[in-house]
Amino acid sequence: MLVVNGLTKSYGKLLAVAGVSFRADDGETIGLLGPNGAGKTTTVSIIAGLLGPDSGEVLIEGRQVKSDTDPVKRKIGLVPQDMALYDQLTARDNLTFFAALYSLAGAKAKQPIDDALNLVGLSDRAGDKVGTFSGGMKRRLNLAGALLHDPQILLLDEPTVGVDPQSRNAIFDNLETLKKRGKTLIYTTHYMEEAERLCDRIVIIDHGRVVANDTLQALHKLLPVTNVIAIELDLEHADGFKPEQMLALPEVKSAALEQSTLRVGVHNLSHDAPGVLRWLSDNGHSYHHVSSVQPNLETVFLSLTGRSLRDSK
Amino acid sequence: MIPFLALVRKDLKLFFNDRRAVVVGVLVPILLASFFGYLFGGQGGNAETSKVNVLVIDQDGSDISRGLITQLASDKNLDVKPSALDAAREAVRKGKVTAAIVIPKDFGRDAGHALFTGTNETGGHKPELGVLYDPSHNVELGMVKGILSGAVMQAVSKEMFNGKSGRETVNEALAQVENSTQLPPEDRKALRDLLGGVRELNERRNEETEGASGQGALSGGLTMPYETRDEAITSGHDVKYNGYAHSFGGMAIQFILFMGLDVGIALLILRQSGLWQRLRAAPLSRTTLLGSRTVSASLMAGFILLVLFSFARVVFGVRILGSFAGFVGICAAFSLMTAAFGLMVAALGKTVEATRGYSIMATLIMVMLGGAWVPTFVFPKWMQRLTVVIPTRWAMDGLDAMTWRGLGISSAVGPIAVLLLFTLLFGVVAVMRFRWGTD
Repeated sequence: MLVVNGLTKSYGKLLAVAGVSFRADDGETIGLLGPNGAGKTTTVSIIAGLLGPDSGEVLIEGRQVKSDTDPVKRKIGLVPQDMALYDQLTARDNLTFFAALYSLAGAKAKQPIDDALNLVGLSDRAGDKVGTFSGGMKRRLNLAGALLHDPQILLLDEPTVGVDPQSRNAIFDNLETLKKRGKTLIYTTHYMEEAERLCDRIVIIDHGRVVANDTLQALHKLLPVTNVIAIELDLEHADGFKPEQMLALPEVKSAALEQSTLRVGVHNLSHDAPGVLRWLSDNGHSYHHVSSVQPNLETVFLSLTGRSLRDSK
Repeated sequence: MIPFLALVRKDLKLFFNDRRAVVVGVLVPILLASFFGYLFGGQGGNAETSKVNVLVIDQDGSDISRGLITQLASDKNLDVKPSALDAAREAVRKGKVTAAIVIPKDFGRDAGHALFTGTNETGGHKPELGVLYDPSHNVELGMVKGILSGAVMQAVSKEMFNGKSGRETVNEALAQVENSTQLPPEDRKALRDLLGGVRELNERRNEETEGASGQGALSGGLTMPYETRDEAITSGHDVKYNGYAHSFGGMAIQFILFMGLDVGIALLILRQSGLWQRLRAAPLSRTTLLGSRTVSASLMAGFILLVLFSFARVVFGVRILGSFAGFVGICAAFSLMTAAFGLMVAALGKTVEATRGYSIMATLIMVMLGGAWVPTFVFPKWMQRLTVVIPTRWAMDGLDAMTWRGLGISSAVGPIAVLLLFTLLFGVVAVMRFRWGTD
């Protein structure tokens, strides 16, 4: 079990993490969701022992990490956001080295290495240099490197950044397998669909603070809207369009513009949609496509912070 | 111990995996050391040096001027060619020759006269030899002027004691002495006796020459009243100085320092990568992380030293004529110091680019002032005193002592101690300033 309690961390005047707290039970997958710069990586770095917090504590199985060599660190496996591999070495050499960092060598290391390679589907490329791998294969090997010492808690810091959809699915399959094995996964991402697919609970972080911490179903209940109207504006009308103007309408609960797509949150689709469309026409904004979507984490984030996940800084 | 050894093994694997870098890393110092070794004396300490190019403009055309040119041309250090004044001036200006010697009209007559009276024939100043020189060759100029002095003395005196013009000059000088009203009587007598003796000698030599009876004293003119017996003091009587010993030591030191620099830069880059996070997330002590890198960098340095000195041994006959244990000790201490230097670079550096620039500059200064390029004895005295604070100076002196100087272990103790002190200093700075967090 992992308990994160009141973590704060500043870099000079910048408050990166401001009182972050959450817990993860065995076998649970927690999604740390937030835009770039929200404080997710700093939180993960503190949990992994890479950074010391200014205040607060991290308890792993009820114990704090007290030194660099504290055996409790063996309970954590870190999958860093930046690729942590030596391109000049083979996949097996990389894993042999990572296993040795946890004092696993020779016969003791062989089985975990074989298992990890097997899990991520790279057994047939074990003897190839990592420099010859695709981005997706490297990401999978990056994951394998964190599994060798059989940690209970896996910290996954945006493990799918920059990979193609096929590799992303492969990684998801790997993580689901690990989840079935009872591992605790802490998964940071700013892709809400990833969090929706994998996570039992979502911790939404913005500007270093936890703005929500609950199951996906419970988070949906927080929404002030039940439906989102997606309106494709004609390009010439999208430029300079200010969606916040629409908040003046009583039926509009939220409004955000992403490129030419205007997303408007309403309570009652059949009752509120005509008013929204009429307002657009009355104000000279033409559109060529209208659809309605169920609210997702993006909408949750939008409703909690007033900002879009991808565009937030 | 498993993580420590794995870290060392990984560093060595990465180093040797980059075969092109390894080959270049040992090939370039070998080429440079071979070149510098050849320049600084080669294997026998008698490497052929290039001759100094000198032009001679003979405006006199006398027996003395011709004799002077013959003397200069016979010197093994000079390559003498005749020339006209304008062509010679142009050649010096373009750097094609080091110097041009202008023998003016009446030089032979005036020089002969000045040999006995200190003045020219008319009682004026001594005759002048013009020397046109390239200011970028000051060292060679000194040598040319030294050779010129001896050659003039020999050519002029030879003519005075043997030649026809010498007899005429002596007679004129005698007449000048007799007619002088300023000379004290005692001086006049002494000069009369001297010149009379020279005239007598010259006339006798003339008779001998006509009778073809052979050579006598002073037939070749006045020569240097000494010769030198040169003895290179090396480790033994039969052991010649081997210039390659110094050059290979110097280049090894330079390239090992660059290797240490690379280790530091690589650590700086590592700190900005996911690998550093993975290392820090593992239950590894800071001693393990930095210590393993110190050991791997030292082993790489040892490898470079081994390859370079093995090559020098096989190809150029460089031997460890002093204490082998002392040699190994200096190599080990320098390798450790290099590793600590690399760690300090990583600890103090902020951005890779800036750190690379500053540390290359620091390395080159250490190499230069340490005597790795040219021996420190060519430095000014104040600089020689200053360079004792440079660790490379101690490494170079130590390697010289253990190789061609053939000194014992006691001469290695000082350099080893100083290098280890620098290791400690750099290591302490590295540990204190190292940023353990992620960037």
